[in-house]
Amino acid sequence: MAQLAFRIAESGKPTDARSRRLVRRPRIGEALAETAIKAVALLSILAVLLILFFVGKEALPVLTSAEVHQEVTVRALFAPHAEAGYMWQPVSDDPKYNVLPLFLGTLKVTLVALLIAVPLSVAAALYVSEFAGKRSRELIKPAIELLAGVPSVVIGFFALVVLATWVQRALGTEHRLNSIVAGAALAVAVCPIIFSVSEDAFRAVPGSYRAAALALGSTKSQVVLKVVMPAAAPGIAASIVLGFGRAIGETMIVVLATGNAALFDGSFEHSTRTLTATIAQELGEVVVGSAHYHVLFALGALLFLSTLVVNLGAERIVGRMRRNLGGSR
Amino acid sequence: MSAVVSPPGTASRLGKRGRSHLADRALATLTTAAAVIILAMLLVIVGDVVIGGAKVISWEFISAAPREGMTAGGVFPAIFGTVALTLLMTIGAVPAGVATAIYLTEYASPRSRVARLMRVCIANLAGVPSIVFGLFGLGFFISTVGRHIDAVAYGGQVTYGKPSLIWASLTLAILTLPVVVVATEEALRAVPREMREASLALGATKLQTILRVVLPQATGGIMTGGILAVSRGAGEVAPIMFTGAAYFLPFLPTHPNDQFMNLGYHAYVLATQSPDVDRTKPLLYGTVLVLLALTFLLNIVAITIRARSRRKARAHG
Repeated sequence: MAQLAFRIAESGKPTDARSRRLVRRPRIGEALAETAIKAVALLSILAVLLILFFVGKEALPVLTSAEVHQEVTVRALFAPHAEAGYMWQPVSDDPKYNVLPLFLGTLKVTLVALLIAVPLSVAAALYVSEFAGKRSRELIKPAIELLAGVPSVVIGFFALVVLATWVQRALGTEHRLNSIVAGAALAVAVCPIIFSVSEDAFRAVPGSYRAAALALGSTKSQVVLKVVMPAAAPGIAASIVLGFGRAIGETMIVVLATGNAALFDGSFEHSTRTLTATIAQELGEVVVGSAHYHVLFALGALLFLSTLVVNLGAERIVGRMRRNLGGSR
Repeated sequence: MSAVVSPPGTASRLGKRGRSHLADRALATLTTAAAVIILAMLLVIVGDVVIGGAKVISWEFISAAPREGMTAGGVFPAIFGTVALTLLMTIGAVPAGVATAIYLTEYASPRSRVARLMRVCIANLAGVPSIVFGLFGLGFFISTVGRHIDAVAYGGQVTYGKPSLIWASLTLAILTLPVVVVATEEALRAVPREMREASLALGATKLQTILRVVLPQATGGIMTGGILAVSRGAGEVAPIMFTGAAYFLPFLPTHPNDQFMNLGYHAYVLATQSPDVDRTKPLLYGTVLVLLALTFLLNIVAITIRARSRRKARAHG
């Protein structure tokens, strides 16, 4: 065997059939395996394209189909109805498809969620990266990971059964289920994302920055607030953007905790209805191919595109920050 | 004499250094409080579900079907459906995710455009709202793939062109793909380069190196990814609402094109469509506890395995 290998190496070419097999056979297998693995890996790209295509395909008739336009025009989606004003009421003799109440609902709930989750998660991330000892870090990080693993239907259930009662008792809200309850519950789902992305950002700040600031006589709080925070600012921004993306796309929490009344008002104490909850509640009952069906897909396509933009944006911010920090190390 | 005169010593105590120490302590306290509040969220939710659900959990609850308009009986069909769903999902997601991670770490060059596009797509897939996966499953698997299968193989009779176990599983497989890819990639990257080089130097081919040297070292990470994916899939409701989950079924699914019951969906149904809220509430708590226990157990196992393989990797490096 050794001799054979030597001979092949020497001449650079296999000399007989047996040695040719030895050299070439694995190569074909190798090439096949690589191609197969690459083909499977391409599925991830295919999946995104398929989602784009098939959600888009069912959404497109809202823009193009005359049949759909008999029931709802693109204008009617945004302009107020002659009598009812801004109203989403697709199942009625005179169906009303104004989507602005749904947009407003999503925004209100998301705003509450971010107002709660951003300060909490960024501060907790600061604690873990700058103040915590090894033991508390090893307690907090897996615990937050567990929090991220709580199914959203469980958080929604908790909001519906327990949190709503607490909030009503504390604030005396008119409706038991409202933007505050749903937003607070949504914050539970958003916290782990903001925490983990910000914590990554804080950890990406080189230790030499902190050492230099301390050597110049800064106190710990000055180091944290004037060196670490500014250096990690893009990462914090990205974490908020990702949290926003998660919040507008979350379904089961809002479907259980908002009350689902598509009211068009600015009050956070009233029930509200989000885009995702609308799809979840109505798609099961629509006639496939009806105007209502296509409008729901259009809302889904809009959600998909928004999260796509949000994710690409966040990724770009994080990438740039890493390059900047890496370059100046 | 006047109030402006401060007693001696104050200046040094509240001087620049003193104030800074105060600021240090305030910042430490505030950030600690934030971390404690987030931990408290976890404890409160878990505590409430455990306290509310423990009273209901019994052998009958785990092993029997719902009775009397879902106000009595148990959740066995929902447990069965959830297990069947996540098993089928795993068969789709784990091989595809592992292969993707192998391609990204072992084959693709760091500057490869395709690999970069793959990473972008995987990151985006992880951020797509789960309800959009539901729409996609309905539009693609049921209305397109299923209908075509029916037209070609079943003479137009509706067999696969309807919500079913297989379509819900495949929809979830795509949703959980990023979880598997990310965990596997981390594990593959932790395998020291020297191991690959040693294997190649001994005459092993690249494929042999991957299959016999790299992958065995990365089993911990791959298992972590698989378990996290199962846990995620077991808790998702929005993607399966229109692709296969059933409100109530008198029988267990036996075929991939049957519909199924599911713990998360069952909890949603009990919470929103119950004819008698007070009578279903204990069952609702029980269902949520079973679901939470299932996902937590899986998560804890995954986190433990990963911590152990990370320690091992560090010991090697």
